[in-house]
Amino acid sequence: MALLVLSFNLRISYLSIMASQEIEALTQALARLPGLGPRSARRAVLHLMKKREGSLLPLLSALKAVSETLTTCSTCGNVDTTDPCAICLDPRRDAKSLCVVEEVADLWALDRSRLFPGRYHVLGGRLSALEGVRPEDLSIDQLIARVTAGGIDEVVLAMNATLEGQTTAHFIAERLEDKPVRLTQLAHGMPVGGEMDYLDEGTLAQALRARRPIG
Amino acid sequence: MPQLSTQGIVCSVRHHGEHGAIVRLFTPDDGLVAGYVRGGRSRRIRPILIPSNLVAAEFRARTADHLAGLTVELVTSRAPWIGEPLASAALDWATTLTAATLPEENAYPRLYSALSALLDAICHAPSARGWATAMVRFELLLLAELGFGLDLSCCAATGQLDDLAYVSPRSARAVSRGAGQGYKARLLPLPPFLLPSTDAQRRPEWPDIVAGFALTGYYLERSLLADRRGDVMSGRTQMIARLQRMLE
Repeated sequence: MALLVLSFNLRISYLSIMASQEIEALTQALARLPGLGPRSARRAVLHLMKKREGSLLPLLSALKAVSETLTTCSTCGNVDTTDPCAICLDPRRDAKSLCVVEEVADLWALDRSRLFPGRYHVLGGRLSALEGVRPEDLSIDQLIARVTAGGIDEVVLAMNATLEGQTTAHFIAERLEDKPVRLTQLAHGMPVGGEMDYLDEGTLAQALRARRPIG
Repeated sequence: MPQLSTQGIVCSVRHHGEHGAIVRLFTPDDGLVAGYVRGGRSRRIRPILIPSNLVAAEFRARTADHLAGLTVELVTSRAPWIGEPLASAALDWATTLTAATLPEENAYPRLYSALSALLDAICHAPSARGWATAMVRFELLLLAELGFGLDLSCCAATGQLDDLAYVSPRSARAVSRGAGQGYKARLLPLPPFLLPSTDAQRRPEWPDIVAGFALTGYYLERSLLADRRGDVMSGRTQMIARLQRMLE
């Protein structure tokens, strides 16, 4: 019995000397990030410790710089280190086109494609009666004010193709219908590389409705 | 409910973790049942988990107290209609109301049939009038099933069976035109199409449908949704606003 207790105590002390409190705190902080669990966080910490000069210090300075300057753009709602954000400040962007998205992640996804030359407006979510998200909880009034201020010819509603996303799009379309702008919406239907056999009937029906002449 | 195979109408979907979703289905024999769908946010499963879709579901739980794991397969997709403003508002409200008010794992077979028929009507009726009355009746049935039914059989004051024109906000009972004459401002108008004696084939007029929504809305807000966090009724307000815009 005494041997058992001794071995247990030894294991505890071995675990506690494996990593100091600071390293353990870093592991726990990383483990809370999306896509990482305790195991992958531990691997990341080990990597950072091994490559102190090449990985840890640059990461540290990048985190510090971002945390000191991180802000939300007061014009479009994007998250950046300047206000207005880099997209709103870019003179090469077409100021006459505005794309409305639900979240910052959607803005980044759309902008990665570099297909939309205009500017953006981030709503900060979608209308949801069940979750208690009302129009006043989103930046819809700011959007209306941006459009009313003039200089915008087209508003692209790029909401998710979900019931809540479409409800939000319809609500915004109603609010903007008396404004002198062209309202458009992203197409719904066949995804690139999609095979008919694997598509659900809802997507197929949308694709059939949105069919267009060839040539 | 360690294991359950059934069909169900998707009523609410809440993201859980990075990939999963907690889904509540309205089933014919077990009422509202919640389950965790692994990969519920994946490209393959997201189109299936759109509220109002009918799915074949398989719930598996270790014990009755655990949240069951859920696998789903699409039976009927109502997603093509979410692109239409009025239909999407109606689908949203019908499923939201069901998810927000019904207790879990209590069977409401009549309500299930009514919701199923209502969702079909929203998608396939040639005009909104085809489903608007069904929506009012669905709300009335839901109130009744949850113990807040309206008594529209006779006048609360005189016992009279005909010429019922109002509902008392306090007692939720019908009041005849004569008995309610002096209290008109305080009573809720009762549209004739909600009376049990009315010919079901007669199509109600729009003002009657709007009065029906006002009547059920009053009791839904007072009896079922009063204590809820957030504004569940906002979806209904949008739907009625769209109906009224259509009339103008």
